[in-house]
Amino acid sequence: MNTEVQKLETYGLKGVNRLALHTGIRTGAERRAKVLGFVSLGVGVVALFAPSAVAKLIGAPDTSKSRLVLRLMGLREAASGAGLLIHPDSAGWLWSRVAGDVMNLGLLGGSFTSVRVKRGRLAVAAGAVLGATAVDTISAARVSHGPMHKLAAPIHVVKSITIKKSPTEIYAFWRDLENLPRFMQHLESVKVTNGTSTWRAKAPAGMSIEWKAEITLDEPGESIGWRSIEGASVPNRGVVRFAPAPGGRGTQVLVELKYDAPGGALGAAIAKLFGEEPSQQISGDLRRLKQVMETGEVMQSDASIHKGLHAARPASEGERAEKLKGDIK
Amino acid sequence: MKANCWMGKKKLRVEEVPDPKILSQRDAIVRVTSTAICGSDLHLYNGFMPTMERGDILGHEFMGEVVEVGAGVSNLKIGDRVVVPFTISCGHCGACEAGSYSLCENSNPNAGMAEKMWGHSSCGMFGYSHLTGGFAGGQAEYVRVPFADVGPLKVPAHLSDDQVLFLSDILPTGYMGAEMCDIRPGQVIAVWGAGPVGQFAIASARMLGAERIVAIDRYPYRLQMAAEKAGATDTINYESENVYEKLMELTGGRGPDACIDAVGLEAHSPGPMYAVDRTKQALMLESDRPLALREAIRCCRNGGTISIIGIYGGFVDHFPLGSVVNRSLTIKAGQCHVQRYMKPLLERIERGEIDPSFVITHRLPLEEAPRGFELFSEKLENCEKVVLKAA
Repeated sequence: MNTEVQKLETYGLKGVNRLALHTGIRTGAERRAKVLGFVSLGVGVVALFAPSAVAKLIGAPDTSKSRLVLRLMGLREAASGAGLLIHPDSAGWLWSRVAGDVMNLGLLGGSFTSVRVKRGRLAVAAGAVLGATAVDTISAARVSHGPMHKLAAPIHVVKSITIKKSPTEIYAFWRDLENLPRFMQHLESVKVTNGTSTWRAKAPAGMSIEWKAEITLDEPGESIGWRSIEGASVPNRGVVRFAPAPGGRGTQVLVELKYDAPGGALGAAIAKLFGEEPSQQISGDLRRLKQVMETGEVMQSDASIHKGLHAARPASEGERAEKLKGDIK
Repeated sequence: MKANCWMGKKKLRVEEVPDPKILSQRDAIVRVTSTAICGSDLHLYNGFMPTMERGDILGHEFMGEVVEVGAGVSNLKIGDRVVVPFTISCGHCGACEAGSYSLCENSNPNAGMAEKMWGHSSCGMFGYSHLTGGFAGGQAEYVRVPFADVGPLKVPAHLSDDQVLFLSDILPTGYMGAEMCDIRPGQVIAVWGAGPVGQFAIASARMLGAERIVAIDRYPYRLQMAAEKAGATDTINYESENVYEKLMELTGGRGPDACIDAVGLEAHSPGPMYAVDRTKQALMLESDRPLALREAIRCCRNGGTISIIGIYGGFVDHFPLGSVVNRSLTIKAGQCHVQRYMKPLLERIERGEIDPSFVITHRLPLEEAPRGFELFSEKLENCEKVVLKAA
């Protein structure tokens, strides 16, 4: 057999792909990216080393300050270009060009108010940058298709906690699904009727959603699995395992959840801004489960009983009537 | 009720706020008779602790009378006189069962926040930022005390507030600092910082049988108190003496057997490193300046122990790990497991082995809390410890 082919085979498929990447350009999108890379590098180098010429071209005043700004813009542009030439398949470097365009537009826009500029030339320059922004955005969005697709994938969260109770006790508490809202903060209620359960949860922005679920795994003292029944707006499934913790330290509870959150990981990242991101939520839920099992209730401070940020001081009567969360009265 | 509220860096105000209510069946409400300003409160006052909210009630050293108990509290009744530990501990998790009360796994409702900063959370604490739970503090007329069946200690009527108040924090903290040194007969213990916690670390080292105890500070009045009241055998003023040279002179060149850091994150030093660390803190390049800790490590004898009870909140630079590793030093640290020490220390007070009231230099009404902070922070009027009396 040809030794070259043998070599390629020992590299494996991944190796062959990497080789292809280094020797040629695979797709049209990447070819476009490389062209943009050369343009960036060229423009960047010119602005870096001949800022006066660039200032004259775009109608900006040729002062020491404007030369410094142009040099910095050139440096940023050249970096984007070099990045694109090395990684033409990277959406990140393309988006860096888009960000750069926006910055350039901002600077050009700001210059219009200056008395020392040639507005005609500045308008032409702004038009050119606008065109470049459009090309960059389209290219970035096309190359981004892969990673964006990944962002829409189902969310998978695994979390664990140790609780000083036996696996049987914690299993029994969890198996009575109507107990779940006691420690799962986003759940409003769970009702069990004839083998299926109806879950009602708070959703971001004050909304609530409801779905039905069934038990898929039930090993007393060991594990419980569940899954939403078809038609749920947020299809989800989960499994919780209870294992004795070594050294007589109680039980290790391991929860694994999968769900198709609206917007996938991107939606979850946005939700995180509102404090509702899934992995964070489940850590909190497990901590509350531990509190309920070990101390009998969920721990609350003068600040934590409020929905948002609140000073560490007792609530007023008005706040008690209106805003307190959960079952605190 | 009236309460001392944090309104921003170096801004405090005694405000009228709502009275606390029972939130859980294991709660009690305590009417405060005496409450103190802790050195660690100064880190909040000076703006070095993150996660403070405008309006937070400060204070974690307090005692008073039980005025209300939840249905789940059977060991206390209305009218009991109690000292409350600053550590809020459930009594039932693995940490509490092991006696590590300041590591209670259930008492911090903001444990998620603390996990992000420290990897794992400590217990909840009264009046000490939202990182430790957002609990209203004890510089107030009334306080809600969670897990009242575990924390508060009943104190006998014949002991005054001034004698037992410090069981809430600084006496057990100083004692734990000395206990972590594992003191054997003939040993020399050096204590950095002669503030109230340092004084009690010195007094505890004496109770635990140290041969020599060296107090290190820059205020002559504090060093004088350490020598005359706490039981220090030697004192070093680090502004006029070289601490390392002086300690080597005292110990035949060995260095102290154990070094206690009772200073923490706002340390001072006459050397150039102070300017470096202070600048880094101002630029948020490091959160804590470990000047005393670095010196303690350098001075400690080979194979000795470093006991850290001063407060650190975040990150330090130029940590002399090479000195620790190559000289087999042991570092022990912790927020005090107050509940573990309250009863045995109350017994020592009853037996007359220690009267902790010797540190008190100022007694002010609660309304004058902001002035108390200023006196303590700026070391005015030879201030060592301020006790606030609620009406």
